[in-house]
Amino acid sequence: MATEPVVQEAEDVVPETVEVPERPHGARRVWSWLWPKLAALALFIAAWQLVVWSGWRPDYALPGPLPVFQRLSEDLGRPDFYVGVAITLRRALVGYAIAIAIGSVIGLLVARVPIVRKAVGHAILGLQSMPSIAWFPLAILLFQATEGAILVVVILGAAPAVATGLLAGVDQVQPLLVRVGRVIGARGLQLYRYVILPAALPGYVGGLKQGWAFAWRSLMAGEIINIVSHQPSLGQQLQFARDFADAQQLLALMIVIFFIGVVVDLGFGFADRAIRRRRGLA
Amino acid sequence: MSSRAVAVERLSKAFPHTDRNLVALQDVTLDLQPGEFVCIVGASGSGKSTLLNVLAGLETASSGRFEVQGRVALMFQEAALFPWLTASQNVELALELRGVKKSSERRRQAHDLLERVHLRGFERRRPHELSGGMKQRVALARALAQDADVLLMDEPFGSVDAITRDLLHEELVRLWRASSLTILFVTHNAREAVRLGDRVLVFTSRPGRVAQEFKIDLPRPRSLDSPELAVVAGRITERLKQEMRPDGH
Ligand SMILES: Nc1ncnc2c1ncn2[C@@H]1O[C@H](COP(=O)(O)OP(=O)(O)OP(=O)(O)O)[C@@H](O)[C@H]1O
Ligand SMILES: [Mg+2]
Repeated sequence: MATEPVVQEAEDVVPETVEVPERPHGARRVWSWLWPKLAALALFIAAWQLVVWSGWRPDYALPGPLPVFQRLSEDLGRPDFYVGVAITLRRALVGYAIAIAIGSVIGLLVARVPIVRKAVGHAILGLQSMPSIAWFPLAILLFQATEGAILVVVILGAAPAVATGLLAGVDQVQPLLVRVGRVIGARGLQLYRYVILPAALPGYVGGLKQGWAFAWRSLMAGEIINIVSHQPSLGQQLQFARDFADAQQLLALMIVIFFIGVVVDLGFGFADRAIRRRRGLA
Repeated sequence: MSSRAVAVERLSKAFPHTDRNLVALQDVTLDLQPGEFVCIVGASGSGKSTLLNVLAGLETASSGRFEVQGRVALMFQEAALFPWLTASQNVELALELRGVKKSSERRRQAHDLLERVHLRGFERRRPHELSGGMKQRVALARALAQDADVLLMDEPFGSVDAITRDLLHEELVRLWRASSLTILFVTHNAREAVRLGDRVLVFTSRPGRVAQEFKIDLPRPRSLDSPELAVVAGRITERLKQEMRPDGH
């Protein structure tokens, strides 16, 4: 009782074109990315308003969202406000750039030279956990109340994180890829340029991101403690707002500081995801 | 030793281990004449990859000596492409390190090589977008880009389907015959070895050694399906089975 095998024609089974689930694009994509954040923000503002209505603290200590946002929009209309933002951002960028340079060199040295690793490998990790505010008394002794003192602390805060990130990235490079590099003829520095550094990039970007967070925190601490005269930086304005018991201004400034942090973090997030997607890691 | 492309003399390699060393290769002796195509077959763990790594200068031998004439390219058992580069850029990097200065020239040659391994249209894909066999083919293109005198290939077509493999065999043999390339080709597959090699060396397991040498006199071009080839491959498989029979290990 041999039965005919049932052969099904391919055309019957497979549709002409396979539908690929489309990646949402344009406005839809932005919206699906944005709305959870907006919802969280709305919830936060509502909670804030409720606390204010509860009368837990008097108005002059904890103003509600409405007056604070009004104050913020007034601030955003004042030219000298931008002067302050510019001073703070300039310090952040200068300090961060120097920290990247120093941190990268140190990270590479530690990665490459075994004796350096033995000598300072652990110290760098220790430095990273040192609260940057602990550096200020010394920095002020050495540099007085100048911008130099602030920059030194920013650099001390950020450079170890950058170095650690690069070191971790280099340490995690697959040995097989290094072997391939050697087999196709890369020697010495070429091996770093073409294989090790590109392979270490994800770890390095992680270090850069963390370095930025440390730099930004150290900078705010420095600006609040170390009043450099005639420089209305964000941190200094924050301190003034407290001195004059101007809670609306204080909260408005904190929103600005938070906003800058979020924007930079988003930038790193995009860079990180782009790198991972290219390598098929995400 | 100088007239031979590859000369290996009583080469041994042991890997240090906690209680006793693991001897991966023991007293391996073999020669390759310039322009020869030699295949190695052996069980898993018989030290085939170790031998190629030593010849490529990636591992040091424990004892013995070897000599390789000219430049060596090694195609790894894993494709090991650089994940941050496209297929074409992976090949271009090998060209750049070989000294091809002009980037337009590198691109042209890379596309040529990728076409030879039947990967036209995939130049701009990244490794994670390629199948296992496609990655191996990019790795082959990269190895060819090195324009070496001696090409060491470690199970290069393990994840390629039979038909593509046949095409790649043809292409490899064509390339080899058109050049003065010397090839040492590792595989598990006796038929593949007979299809390609002038000689086939059967390896013993732990420690690895050349157990027997088969000279393949079949005329080229050879076909995987020819009965003559199957007879020779059968003999080699028989010998391999002997090697792999449990003997206390
Ligand atoms: N780096 C290493 N450290 C310790 N032992 C190793 C190392 N590399 C290989 N070995 C050992 O050497 C032996 C030979 O390994 P090798 O990779 O050369 O085998 P192979 O013949 O290529 O096997 P396969 O066909 O599975 O690829 C194995 O027993 C393995 O455990
Ligand atoms: Mg192997």
